[in-house]
Amino acid sequence: MNSLSNQDNKTIAWLRERLGLLPLLQLVREKKVPLHRHTLWYYLGGMTLFLFLVQVTTGILLLLYYRPSAENAFESVQFIMTSVNFGWLIRSIHSWSANLMIATMFVHMFSVYLLKAYRKPREMTWVTGSLLLFIVLGFGFSGYLLPWNKTAFFATKVGTEIAGIVPVAGGFLLRFLRGGDNVTGATLTRFFGFHVAVLPALTTLVLGVHLWLVQWHGMSLPPGVRDTDVKQRNFVPDFAMHDAMGWLVALGILAALAAIFPWELGQKADPFAPAPAGIRPEWFFLFMFETLKFIPAKIGFVDGDVIGILAFGLAGVWWLSVPFLDRGRPNGKVGRLFTAMGAVAVLYIVVMTMVGYLA
Amino acid sequence: MGVARMHAVRTLIVAGLLVPWAMGQTSGAATDTAGGTCVSCHGSLGGEFAAPVEVEQTSVHHQHGISCADCHGGNPAQADPDQAMSPAAGFVGRPKRHDIPRFCGKCHSDAVYMKRFDPSLRVDQETEYRTSVHGTLLRQGDQKVANCISCHGHHGILPVASPKAPVYPTNVARTCGACHADAAYMQPYAIPTNQVEEYKKSVHANALMNKQDLSAPTCNDCHGNHGATPPGVDSVANVCGTCHVRQSEMFQDSPHRPAFAAMQLPGCVACHGNHQVEPTTDEMLGVGDGAFCVRCHVADDPGFQAARQMRASVDELAGHISSAEQVLQQAQNAGMEVSRPLFDLQEAGSALVQARVSVHSFSPAQLESVVKPGLDVASKAHQAGEDALHELNVRRLGLAASLVVILLAVVAIYFKVRQMDSGA
Repeated sequence: MNSLSNQDNKTIAWLRERLGLLPLLQLVREKKVPLHRHTLWYYLGGMTLFLFLVQVTTGILLLLYYRPSAENAFESVQFIMTSVNFGWLIRSIHSWSANLMIATMFVHMFSVYLLKAYRKPREMTWVTGSLLLFIVLGFGFSGYLLPWNKTAFFATKVGTEIAGIVPVAGGFLLRFLRGGDNVTGATLTRFFGFHVAVLPALTTLVLGVHLWLVQWHGMSLPPGVRDTDVKQRNFVPDFAMHDAMGWLVALGILAALAAIFPWELGQKADPFAPAPAGIRPEWFFLFMFETLKFIPAKIGFVDGDVIGILAFGLAGVWWLSVPFLDRGRPNGKVGRLFTAMGAVAVLYIVVMTMVGYLA
Repeated sequence: MGVARMHAVRTLIVAGLLVPWAMGQTSGAATDTAGGTCVSCHGSLGGEFAAPVEVEQTSVHHQHGISCADCHGGNPAQADPDQAMSPAAGFVGRPKRHDIPRFCGKCHSDAVYMKRFDPSLRVDQETEYRTSVHGTLLRQGDQKVANCISCHGHHGILPVASPKAPVYPTNVARTCGACHADAAYMQPYAIPTNQVEEYKKSVHANALMNKQDLSAPTCNDCHGNHGATPPGVDSVANVCGTCHVRQSEMFQDSPHRPAFAAMQLPGCVACHGNHQVEPTTDEMLGVGDGAFCVRCHVADDPGFQAARQMRASVDELAGHISSAEQVLQQAQNAGMEVSRPLFDLQEAGSALVQARVSVHSFSPAQLESVVKPGLDVASKAHQAGEDALHELNVRRLGLAASLVVILLAVVAIYFKVRQMDSGA
């Protein structure tokens, strides 16, 4: 404590006196990261956070020029890509980073699941993380429509139709999402609202809790790795330096993707044009979309789509509840069952996504 | 029809009436149907007597409640065939061939009557027909020429808009060809019989038959339908001009019009042909192989030079557009956003279409006035494509520089980490 005080300069002292930063600084300085054969997976959360910060930064820059209406949205994105200095770079990085963030988020989530980092006392870390995944999927769904191009328009039409299948609340949900019975400029306006106001507010709240819980509980040790067997590395500066290396590499990859494969704009949406062939959602929704296609039209007296939607709803609830269900010994019968279920889920998502692209 | 056969027919009709009576139906039931006793008797007779009844059910007349008696007369309320088909009841039976136009015209020329069904229906078909080659020959006693039923059919007449109707656009060539492509049938008239065969190879038939473009012309669009007449030398440009308006107007104002008239050349047909109108190409213009201009113009006469100049103008514009498209496509394939210049380039494409139309003015100056704006648009689009490709190179250089900086930073951190690890 004394040595810490000695190193403080006047500014830090001034802030510490008013903001109570000392406990936080102390927490950061004392935070340790265990070193073992699974340490690599610890980087995925930080990588997702970095990509999220890229999203926030590039999103704010896009907001300076984007106009959220059916008449202007496409043209404003076109303007950003052709006339705004580095607009092409910002827009492409925003699109690529969004996809990479969702990919790293999936990997982070499944690594946490398979390493059983959700177990006591980290149940709420898992729950907030899962909520963040749902929020990010909402970001992806709402952001996809914003350029108001043909593929986004029809994919949103199909996506909101699926939401309309939900029993009881389906009709309300469909009209709530669309702002009417059809996908129109009203849909674009409210998707914009979700994308830049509602979802960011929710993210700030949930991400704040999630990050606090990660700091509070420290890093989880996977089953089979004993506390006494591992060396500890300081989070600051050692682990943070490794993190920074990963982030810089990610930044390089983003820049390369944006420059070599700029995110295409496509054609402006035309509600009266026929739907183009092979309409499908973004890759992260594809496994669900493909599943619905494989379900028979009727199962007994119930529509197959309804059963599919209910099944995915239940799967989501079950996913949130995993820490409360898997309560036995990590390597016990129940623990192994949950590990197997996670592996099956990964396999299912990968296979169905591939089927969606190859079909 | 002989007397013995008439008796046999009447016996059959009476037997036909008795059979349903014996089956327990009332004789009055015959008059309950829309066609009255005509339908019940002819329907029960079978064979050629029943055929009109069967096909009539699908006809446009049946749909509008026109009964047998409305055309053939007679009294369909009478069960007795003699009374039902008596001249006293107005029965006219089967009209003679030369009477058919008047027979159909009885209703179709009556504007007041036809308005009941469709106020927009024409009522001049019979009048038109009488001015046609077909009508003229019929009046002269030719029993082979086409009349109303030759094209429309008789009992099973379908609405013109029905795709199954013989006068539906895609069926017209086959309907006309039934006579005009039959060499033996047409032998007395000494006219060619290859028109349908030629038409099938034309750009018009391709549009109509293969692309299902119902606005594309078939026989009646040029020759007329009820007033069918072969267009003469003077009227060909007018016929083509009904669709190709600008080309026709330009031709009428061009030096070619009096020249063609003096040479007895049939306007548009002189270059484009008549039935076998082939797709136009730029090669038709100019002084090269396959160019039509050199059929009349000889080297270095003013027309020859004009043809060469016009071809050069069209080629220049087409070349500029193609070059701009290539550059823009290259930029687009590389991921550059060039949709706006690509859209603008459509304007140059329109200018090219307009230029190809303006060729019919046969005036290099008039053509140039269309080509010039198109060239300007194509040049701007080309420049936009070049700019996009230049921008692409700048981006790649920028990327390379950024990656070098990032790599240096990563290497620096790596060595720092190693230093810290060895220190720990």
